[in-house]
Amino acid sequence: MATVSFTSALQRFLPAPSAQVEGGTVGTALAAVFASHPVLRGYVLDDQGALRRHVAIYVNGEPVRDRLRLTDPVASRDEIYVFQALSGG
Amino acid sequence: MTDRLHVGTRKGLFEFVRSDGGWEITDVQFLGDPVSAVLADVDGSVWAALDLGHFGAKLWRRDPGGAWREMAVPTFPPKPEDATEDPHPWSLGKIWVLEPGGVPGRLWAGTMPGGLFCSDDGGSSWSLNETLWRMPERRCWAGVAGGEQPGINSVLIDPRNPSDIRIGVSTAGVWASADAGASWSVINRGMYAEYLPPELRENPIAQDVHRLARCAAHPEIVWCQHHNGVFRSEDAGATWRELEAIRPSKFGFAVAAHPSDADTAWFVPAIKDERRIPVDGEVVVARTRDGGRSFEILRHGLPQRHAYDLVYRHALAVDGSGEQLAFGSTTGGLWTSEDGGDSWTMPETRLPPVAVVRFAPG
Repeated sequence: MATVSFTSALQRFLPAPSAQVEGGTVGTALAAVFASHPVLRGYVLDDQGALRRHVAIYVNGEPVRDRLRLTDPVASRDEIYVFQALSGG
Repeated sequence: MTDRLHVGTRKGLFEFVRSDGGWEITDVQFLGDPVSAVLADVDGSVWAALDLGHFGAKLWRRDPGGAWREMAVPTFPPKPEDATEDPHPWSLGKIWVLEPGGVPGRLWAGTMPGGLFCSDDGGSSWSLNETLWRMPERRCWAGVAGGEQPGINSVLIDPRNPSDIRIGVSTAGVWASADAGASWSVINRGMYAEYLPPELRENPIAQDVHRLARCAAHPEIVWCQHHNGVFRSEDAGATWRELEAIRPSKFGFAVAAHPSDADTAWFVPAIKDERRIPVDGEVVVARTRDGGRSFEILRHGLPQRHAYDLVYRHALAVDGSGEQLAFGSTTGGLWTSEDGGDSWTMPETRLPPVAVVRFAPG
């Protein structure tokens, strides 16, 4: 199982617990989390399902390449980390 | 006069209550988060739109019992393949204005990037006005406020007929629907955009309408603070006459219309337009009581030395009495008046930059 973790900055607004999900793609991994936390989706993705401009996702320490369709592959035991991109000083 | 005031700021929502000792903060919500729109209902409900930056636009509602809960936000439909030339995103930027729809449960939300949304269940769910959004002309709407996105800043519902709607758009003029949003047309004539090439200056769709305000008792009377001046319409926004008597300057963002006196309105002028500060560092309110033929400068109780407060388009409000006003500034000033603006007082507070000021219905 892959692990999805969320920045503590999100926890200020709503519960965003870490989750164990099936591998596949970043999109399917997130969808599995959002299935049980539907409000969280709008904090991470925009209306078209793309990653929000100021949100970043790393898989095993590397930034995802496909921010629009979230097709980067995710294998079992991968670590997915969702956090806010720095903006401002 | 109402005794409750909601102030949305760059760093949270502040509720003020008026007592014998003046206005005092009685509740603070969303501390640290930008509030972009506020609406209060007569039953005690309050809606607050947040613009979280990293995490998008959000909407919260306080029910009459006092509990806050997060609501659904308006969302745009999937962008079709043939819309690749649409210059504007199909994703909610922020909720810029919330207005009651004139029938129980109905709300309208004006947004960036220019989508108009309607809810018939008090904000639990929203539907995009597809007709307006899919009009080819929308692609000509221009971005504002330092961003690339156009925004619907004003939604005027005719109190006599909730199907009769006007919206003000930065930058796309005044649009009207007589059938609850089933069809739309741009209607404004008489405005001008002096920064555009001559052939485009009077183009209705090119007008930067900063804010519209309508006289509730005489809905055909609409006032406009425009990027290039102050205007008045006597036919619900179809034709406009510039009010050249405005002073000390014709630039500004906010306007408030007296709820029953068709000839009275308030503006908060500033130096146009790259500087955007009060003329001579003096915060003043301009009031007309004769339909815009003349203006009084109201300054009693307002800072008159080295004051650089700018008042945004949703940060000036008048209550149902027409005597009580409030406005807030980009430097956190908040002033209230109980005599139509003749004199002003400032609560004992230093607020974050103010985006929106709204009285609760009396």
